Formats: sequence, structure tokens, C-alpha cells
Amino acid sequence: MSLAEKYPKEVKQILAKYPPEHKRSAVMPLLYLAQREEGYVNKAAMQDIASLLDLTETEVASIVGFYTLYHDKKEGKYRMQVCTDLPCALRGADQFLENLCGNLGIKVGETTPDGLVTIEAVMCLAACDKAPMFQVQSGDGLEYHENMTVDKTLELIETLRKSRQEVKE
Amino acid sequence: MTHILLRHRDIPDIHKLDVYQKNGGFAAFKKCVTEMKPEDVTNVVKASVLRGRGGAGFPTGMKWSFMDRNNWPHYVVANADESEPGTFKDREIMERNPFQFLEGVAIASYAVGANAAYVYLRGEFWQAAHFLDERIAEMEEAGLLGENIFGKDYSLKIYTHLGAGAYICGEETAMLESLEGKLGQPRIRPPFPPSYGLYGKPTVVNNVETLTNVPMIIANGAEWYKSMGTADSPGNKIFSLSGRVKQPGNYELPLGTTFRELIYGQGGGIIDDRPVRAIMAAGASSSVIVADDKALDTPMDYASVRTLGADLGSASVIVIDDTVSLDWVVNKTIHFFKHESCGKCTPCREGNYWMQHLTERIHSGQSTQADVDLLYTVAKQMQGKCLCALGEFATMAVVTGIERFPNDFKSAVRS
Repeated sequence: MSLAEKYPKEVKQILAKYPPEHKRSAVMPLLYLAQREEGYVNKAAMQDIASLLDLTETEVASIVGFYTLYHDKKEGKYRMQVCTDLPCALRGADQFLENLCGNLGIKVGETTPDGLVTIEAVMCLAACDKAPMFQVQSGDGLEYHENMTVDKTLELIETLRKSRQEVKE
Repeated sequence: MTHILLRHRDIPDIHKLDVYQKNGGFAAFKKCVTEMKPEDVTNVVKASVLRGRGGAGFPTGMKWSFMDRNNWPHYVVANADESEPGTFKDREIMERNPFQFLEGVAIASYAVGANAAYVYLRGEFWQAAHFLDERIAEMEEAGLLGENIFGKDYSLKIYTHLGAGAYICGEETAMLESLEGKLGQPRIRPPFPPSYGLYGKPTVVNNVETLTNVPMIIANGAEWYKSMGTADSPGNKIFSLSGRVKQPGNYELPLGTTFRELIYGQGGGIIDDRPVRAIMAAGASSSVIVADDKALDTPMDYASVRTLGADLGSASVIVIDDTVSLDWVVNKTIHFFKHESCGKCTPCREGNYWMQHLTERIHSGQSTQADVDLLYTVAKQMQGKCLCALGEFATMAVVTGIERFPNDFKSAVRS
């Protein structure tokens, strides 16, 4: 099923935001839409978007490659992206990330064996006064978690694990 | 003091439309549309000497007056890309005092004759974007946006647009490229956006905090605004205080407040009462200020900070104490700029790549002084050779770190 067939209302709303002669502007919101279900943009979705906007597939793929919040392959259901930039690092973010990974038994950039969580180190998230902090990216959405500890994070991961099990059941 | 930007701290529930309106909200926009000509609105903002809060400090009213009146349609783009390490003010405004920001967008649009405005938010502000979408829908329902606003011949739509994780999109021409559905890479300037902007049409790009000032200026007048801050830098500014302080956070203070007042008076001083060593007033893009008594007593306005060989930028004040060595700081900032360089200009793309190799090697203790000298040389060679400011900003902490804190680098390398 194409993107426009799957999400007719959303596609229409997105295209309506931009002048019809400049519909290329819709590429970014459409890519988020394409990411909603699986957390990454597959080749078919890139083809869809290209034909919707009269672009080449290469042009769409270049957008996916340029921006860090688009992904072209499947990782954990939740991407936990910890800010380790200077202001956060001055408030213990590096240590937090190291301890978190140690607790989960994975390295930065890796996914937990059950495919639930990928831990990533990312650039500044504009929450420097609330370090340690991270965002959780899943589907086409994002959520901030601020003033975190390793314990609170492990609890959050447990909650995510349970909610995924409930969805499966 | 009473806030004029972070008004949610004084007025509970100001994010609700009825509460905002009860506190004077949208009276300024109404006054503009029903009583003022667009150029009069621009003139009031010009007279207030409001300067852009995104970092460059360019006079806002002057920017509006540059719009090419022979090329239509016009656009307004609100820069909500807030990505400078150490800056976290625009998010608080949008999430807590959203209508004042949106009213600023509306007034700017009226002043420059735009019927469409885009709020470009960094992709990470997904929650804020959805929150703003709801507020925009409420404004439409209340007749504050749409066709024939206040019964006059003026119509306006405001749209949000999410970026997807690229610091460079905070640079105004890269932002416009991104909004057009292209790679977020800067354009050659001139032409500047007021003559050639979004879709090649005249466009004003203003920072969120800048626009949030506008309703208050229209409501209370330019003279009122100039009664705050300094002659060179009037008004209040939100200082984002972070790093090794006891109480990090946003503090709205008159421009011209001293570093000492911000760090000790507002921020509670340094963690464990240690000595302050260095200040980065413009986030990761800062020249590093030696935090001696003279610096601490310097007023934070655009001109005064320059006397310290630094810039105020977006006033993201990162505080560094004596637990931290500058070779580590520089390694952190270069890691950021290496990641965020868009790759368009060779000096920035390659320079940051090599600087990262060098800062990592120096910080890990594997270097001799020759690497520090090489790092300094690479930074110096990048300066003045890139299309946008990123390539310039990346070198600031490196050059000033080595010049002003040479011993930090000496003790990091093998003799």
C-alpha cells in the first residue's frame, strides 16, 4: 500500500501547508509520516514520496541521509538519544551514559538483545539545565526525559518493555 | 522583577487563550491591523532598537524595512531551530507562553505584508510543534488567524515545520533551503532573505525570542522598551545559564546585567563553591572568556562583551570551573562542530575533521606541543573562508582556549 493510500488524510494535510508549485517542501513531514510505523523509511516509501513530489529517489534519499532524525534501517523500537554535548557533559552526562550502557550490557550505538532500545549519543537537545537528559524517538514521535538518573531510566525501559508486550498480546 | 518574555512565571495558565487575552493578549495585533499601517508597525519596532536574539543582534525593525516591495508574496519564517549548545530559551517560550510568540509572528507578518508564516522548529521539538499546532488552531477558531482578521482586509496563516536534526538549519539561508525540501546548506549571501528568501521571495527570518518581544513593544511603545537595558542593547534578554552552576536555567534580565549577577546572584554560584575559571557566553560558538573579576563585573550587552574579546550571541552562558581543563572543553565543542558541519565548504568540512583528530589526541595525552600548534594553525586557516558562520564559530573556542589557557594544553601533552 502506498503512503497516500495508507494515510490519505495526513498526506493531504501536509501538502496543504505549502504552495502547490512548491510541494517539494513536503518532503520532510512526509518522511516523518513514512517512519511512523517501523521507525525507519524503507525504499518503497522513498519511491512513494519521490513520485508524490516529482523528485528523484536519489533526492529523497539524500534528505534521509542528511538529517539525523531520519533512518534508513531498522534499529530498536525506541531510540534513546542521550545528549553528551558540553553543557550536559559539565553536569555528568558522559558518566550517566557510561553507567546506563553498563547496566544494559551494551555499547553506545547498540540495541538491547530483545530489540527494544537502541542507545545513542547525540548532539545538544536544548535542555542543558536539565542534564542528564535524553530523548526517546519512536515511530514519528519524540519525547524528552529530563533530570534523569540511571535508575529512573531503567524503570522507563521496563515500562516501555511492558507496554510493548501488551501491544503484542 | 516582572517578566516581559517569560510571563508564564508571573501569570499562571497564560498558555490558555482566554487567560492570555485577559492579560492584554492580541490587543497589540488588533491595534496593528485596525489602527496602524504596516510601515508604522515597522517604524515602532525600529525605534525600539530591538536587536535579534538569535545571536547576531541585528536590528529587527531595520531587517523588516529591507523587504523588497516590488516582489511578492512575502513570507515570515520564525527561527525555532534552537540548537546552539547551551541555548534552551525558545523552547520554554513556545511551551509556556506560546501565544505571545505567535502574536509576535502575526504582527511581524502584518508589518511586512506576509499572508503566510512558517515556524521552523528543530525536529527534536516534536512535542512543542504539536503544542503550537493546537494553539494555532485555537487562534483560527477565535478569528485571530485566517481571512479578514478583525474585519479588515488582511489574512494570515501560520504553519509549523519540523526540521530533522541539523544544527546548520539555524543559519537562516540553510533554514530556507531546508523548508524548501532541500539539504539544509547555506546559500551565498548577498542576496539576503529580505530580497531573496523562501521560494526566492522576500522573507523575514526572526528568532522566537525576538518575535516574542514585539507584542509588548507595540502595546507599550518604543520609549518604554528603551527604558530597559542599555542604550546600545535595550530591553530584557533571556540568559540560558548552564554548566557548573548550582541553579542552571533561564533567567530573564535586562541587557547589561553583569556576569557576576547572573552566575552568583541568580544562579546560586558554582557547584561546591569552587572557583569559576572560564565563561562561554555564546554557547559552543564562544570565544572563551577568562573569568577574572573584570570579566565578572562586565555588563552582558552586545558592546560590553565584545571588550572581553568575545560575543554575547544568543546569551547561552556556559560556566566552567576549576574541575575542567580547556583541552577537554575544546574536544567537546569540536566533536559537535565536526558532526554538524554541513559539508558544503571545504575549510569547514575538512578543518573540523582534522581538528577533531587533534583535540582527541591531545585530550587523550598522546600528543606533543606540536599537535597543539598544528591545531591552532588549522583553526586559523579556517577563519574567514566559509560561507556561513559555522566554520568561523568552530574555531573560536580552539583559538581562544589555546591563547588564553595555554597551560591547560601544556599539561595535557607530553613534554
